[in-house]
Amino acid sequence: MSGTPEAGSVGVVSTQTVRLFMAEHPLQLEQGGTLGPVDVAYETYGTLSVAADNAVFVCHALTGDAHAAGWHDGDARPGWWDNLIGPGKPLDTDRFFVICANLIGGCQGSTGPSSTNPATGQAYGLDFPVLMTRDLVAVHRALVNHLGITRLLAAIGGSLGGMQVLQWGLDHPEDVANALVIAASSRLTAQNIAFSAVARRAIMSDPNFEAGSYAAAGVNPDVGLSIARMMAHITYLSEDALTEKFGRQVDPNRLQPGFGIDFTVESYLAHQGQVFLERFDALSYLYLTRVMDYFDPFADPKSLEAVRSTPVNWLVLSFATDWRFGTNHSRRIVRTLEHAGQPVSFREIPSNYGHDSFLLAIEPYHATLVAYFDRALSEVSR
Amino acid sequence: MTLRPDLQLVADLIPSGSRVLDLGCGSGALLSELMHTHACRGTGVEIDPDSVVEAIRLGVPVIELDIDAELDDFSDHSYDVAVLSRTVQTLHRPYEVLQHMGRIAGRLIVSVPNFGYWRHRLRLLRGRMPMSRELPHAWYDTPNLRHTTLVELEELFVRLGLTIEQRIVLSPAGVPLKSGDRLANVVAGAAVYVLRA
Repeated sequence: MSGTPEAGSVGVVSTQTVRLFMAEHPLQLEQGGTLGPVDVAYETYGTLSVAADNAVFVCHALTGDAHAAGWHDGDARPGWWDNLIGPGKPLDTDRFFVICANLIGGCQGSTGPSSTNPATGQAYGLDFPVLMTRDLVAVHRALVNHLGITRLLAAIGGSLGGMQVLQWGLDHPEDVANALVIAASSRLTAQNIAFSAVARRAIMSDPNFEAGSYAAAGVNPDVGLSIARMMAHITYLSEDALTEKFGRQVDPNRLQPGFGIDFTVESYLAHQGQVFLERFDALSYLYLTRVMDYFDPFADPKSLEAVRSTPVNWLVLSFATDWRFGTNHSRRIVRTLEHAGQPVSFREIPSNYGHDSFLLAIEPYHATLVAYFDRALSEVSR
Repeated sequence: MTLRPDLQLVADLIPSGSRVLDLGCGSGALLSELMHTHACRGTGVEIDPDSVVEAIRLGVPVIELDIDAELDDFSDHSYDVAVLSRTVQTLHRPYEVLQHMGRIAGRLIVSVPNFGYWRHRLRLLRGRMPMSRELPHAWYDTPNLRHTTLVELEELFVRLGLTIEQRIVLSPAGVPLKSGDRLANVVAGAAVYVLRA
């Protein structure tokens, strides 16, 4: 292992897998149809209390995975939300039991389009069913049930993770005492969908896409997937953040102006695109971006019925320079929940780092989470 | 936790079980008290970041926004009571804010420092800006932007169609003055109004 677990780390962890739906008892999908078997990769940190009342479910974003905290043997970096989760951190694993699961449709251990289709013995490819946010939540609920928990102290997520939390709280308020919806949206704008459309087009136009059967053909749409990632990455950062990091700095390897990597920002994006290929699947990218495109829970006139009778404590946070899901997106969620009589708190966190801010240890952000989680726990231990 | 006396006074004016909107809720002490001992529900609005975090720690729903510009977010008749406690004098647009409050709630509770208090008048006669326990700030660092006397505030209430149901006149020490009603604009350090929209 290249890094020693420092104080505040949950230490070395490993991902587990559980089969939550069988072929004969498949997951019923929102759009009709079924999926089974369904395997889910997940990690847990901390200890579940005897009363099973200290569990916090972490929903990951588009390209996240179950490895939210601690270290996998041999890895150079800890889990993706390690600054949040660990002893003495805002999600203090000395007090909370934290669960994080890989999304179905993903590619990090849970059933997705690259899994084997039992009907054909081949990878699903584009035969994998189109998923909706409710399908992701249904699988989370099955995992929570499997872990012997009837009510979560909290569910938390950023971006697509926050969308799952919103859907979960609206549909099953009895499941979730506290819901934290961070840098998320209740409805993508045309601009948001447009960015996803270009990303998908890049992937599907790659000659190696092979109509989604690239795995069987022994190839991978590397070019398309890395372009998709490069473009998405730009939307995760603010203009100020890119300026601060790169400015107009010329790449040290440039000889003269041309069409290679002339500026350091180009080299950075190329690197982001390249490393993404090692950990992400092109089909998962298609399926999960589509989940986001179709997310629009408040379009359902009955969406607020359940929470009117069983309110959830909501915390909605946005970041000042996020232009992917900016403050307007969060304010719409706040407005709608407040109109439905929900106890909802909202802050716009000052940050220069754009959408990616939700992954960073920004002081006022973490201070808010600490206050919120401490209060949440004090209410169950009363 | 004991509530600050001026907040306790406001709390006692709010019927149990009300849905309360507290504009400028600070660290949420009033709403927390109302939620825990008066079976109220509600929302606080605050713009100071540290106060927002304190309110969240108290378990008070609090929305960080600018009262002066963003009350459109709240719908008509969505609260029983809207509270504006020692905040009206710090607003850029007190007229619009009071108008919104009347739209959002049927009952308003507004507390204000009185610039017409006799010591303030004396200071002005001596050529100095009013300062007192209620108005402790020097002119260059005061958060107060709008200086009103009770008489002129009440004129504004009339213009806005708000009916004064009750007025509690407070001494400069914050004690309710039973006999101060006729000379309120002279003897009051502050006042608390209960208004009906």
